Amino acid sequence: MSLNDILDALFPAGHAVAVANQVITGEAQTAQGPVAVLGTTDAAAIDHAMALALASFVLDTVERHPGRPLVFLVDTSGQALSRGQELLCLNGSLAHLASCVDLARRQGHPSLSLVTANAVSGGFLSFGLMADKAFALAEAQVRVMDLRAMARVTKIAHERLVDLATASPIFAPGAENYLRMGGIEAIWPAPSAALLESALTTVRQTLPASDQRMGVGLTRGGRQLAAGIAKIVQSTRVGA
Amino acid sequence: METLDFRFTSTPAPRASDPALCGVVGSGNLEILVQPGAEPATCVLTIKTSARGFGDTWRAVLGDFAASHPAGGTVIAINDMGATPAVVTLRLAQALAEYRGGAQ
Amino acid sequence: MNHALASRHSWFEASARTRLAGLLDAGSFREILPPAESQPSPHLAQLDLPGAFDDGVIVGGGRLSGQSVLVAAQEGQFMGGAVGEIHGAKIVGLLRRAVKEKPAAVLFLIDSGGVRLHEANAGLIAISEIMRAVLEARAAGVPVIALVGGSCGAFGGMGIVAKLCSAILMSEEGRLALSGPEVIETVAGVEEFDAKDRALVWRVTGGKHRYLMGDCAALLEDDIAAFRNGAAEFLAAWHEPEPGLACLRARQSVLEKRLAAYASYRDGLQVWAALGIAQPETVPMLDRDSLVALKEGLPT
Repeated sequence: MSLNDILDALFPAGHAVAVANQVITGEAQTAQGPVAVLGTTDAAAIDHAMALALASFVLDTVERHPGRPLVFLVDTSGQALSRGQELLCLNGSLAHLASCVDLARRQGHPSLSLVTANAVSGGFLSFGLMADKAFALAEAQVRVMDLRAMARVTKIAHERLVDLATASPIFAPGAENYLRMGGIEAIWPAPSAALLESALTTVRQTLPASDQRMGVGLTRGGRQLAAGIAKIVQSTRVGA
Repeated sequence: METLDFRFTSTPAPRASDPALCGVVGSGNLEILVQPGAEPATCVLTIKTSARGFGDTWRAVLGDFAASHPAGGTVIAINDMGATPAVVTLRLAQALAEYRGGAQ
Repeated sequence: MNHALASRHSWFEASARTRLAGLLDAGSFREILPPAESQPSPHLAQLDLPGAFDDGVIVGGGRLSGQSVLVAAQEGQFMGGAVGEIHGAKIVGLLRRAVKEKPAAVLFLIDSGGVRLHEANAGLIAISEIMRAVLEARAAGVPVIALVGGSCGAFGGMGIVAKLCSAILMSEEGRLALSGPEVIETVAGVEEFDAKDRALVWRVTGGKHRYLMGDCAALLEDDIAAFRNGAAEFLAAWHEPEPGLACLRARQSVLEKRLAAYASYRDGLQVWAALGIAQPETVPMLDRDSLVALKEGLPT
């Protein structure tokens, strides 16, 4: 599905979005008013330039349009893999982008992300997973690493990983697994204005957003340990 | 991975107030957790090891240790990533010394 | 051997527990969920791998120069310090505790390759939770200080986390980046990044390079006492700023200028020359004090 088809389906009331260097920036109309639209397309491998372009757009939105919701469209194959990028501390630019999204949240901008095609590792961490809530299209690929590469690195037989993946959402790629673990709020069968409006309403109602993903992962049965462990560490009395 | 369980008769160790931990679960290394147990003259051990098929070696190394050290009244849990018998013996001695150091 | 060398205790070589014992005031550390009260990761057991009782991270409270701090220390020797479900949840819980407890700081001893592949989805979400929890603690006025000098450095998602902290204190031996050189070599080829060329790896990701570029706040000797003193000194002089637009705008401008100036460079040597260092090739040989003096003398 092309970016334009996705935008038309999400924003039938109109959108004005530019794409430069695989970075999407612009705005769109919803029944609840204008929203900022930003993200990446064509499985972008996020580099410094892309991260800074997105960060700049978030800061502009915070400055010029107080409270305007942020809608992130996520299509990233991860981070750019190059020595030159690492030389300039790529993790630093990704952290900067994440800080900007976090600032927007603190300043009252509701945010949501929609994984349209791919969401992988560092690229996903820096903005998609920083939104108040993340959603994914049914056909989207969400992963850290595909199972063959994982088998190579972990030295565990591929067949065994495939076998275990049917029983556990803990390591295998797939939006469904992230849903069960609380990382993704819901999976949409197709981009839809009605689903977007309802998601926007939800994120607005839960402002200021606190991170609820562990609890959701527990309720959905995909992440059974994290919530309990975090609670113990948070509240256990420690002797002097 | 293989899980092994052993029990050896051993001279009672003074009961310590705190558990002791020694070592790290890294390549060729292991961690050993020593805690007080219910049977004063028995050392109870559970080993989880990445290397299968070394049960006899573990039995020999741990049996020697229990015979030569006062390890009675302890429950010892081991997570192992392929440590050699020499490393196992060294870490066990360290862990027990630390456990006894905490004795009251 | 002189006395200073003889008494040095390498941070790089030490285990996470040894680092903590030497970092905090003697006897002050209190562990939360100590090994005797925790279970190794069931996800590793399912893959037939032995776990560690603490799942590779130690969390708790203690004192640094008399001030109460919370600490998290990753054990690089266990699964490369990588973040799984339990490991991540312990760190998130500690950071959330900091929001309520308001310690003088959270000291985060990072030694990690990032996500633990055996628990990849849990690890990725956990790192995202850690990212938000670090920013939450800082917004509550609690500085979060990253200490990087272990054998696994700070890579992957943990590289991002490190850069979200109030500051990074780093040794020359420490490494800080996103993708590991091995990953880049595997995907992009050995001519892009030769992971076996250790000198090159350090010129691109190592402590001296990060310090010269301003990506870490201080360069420390590879010595546990140096980390203790460095952390205490940094904390004494630091006031956690409120998160705000002006601060992030300023950061944006720095990063944009830097990218424009250095975008074509592929080796630390090129960057150091551009920073105004007359003999960049001598940088790898300089000891810590000489390098700090060199940086302080650079044009700004």
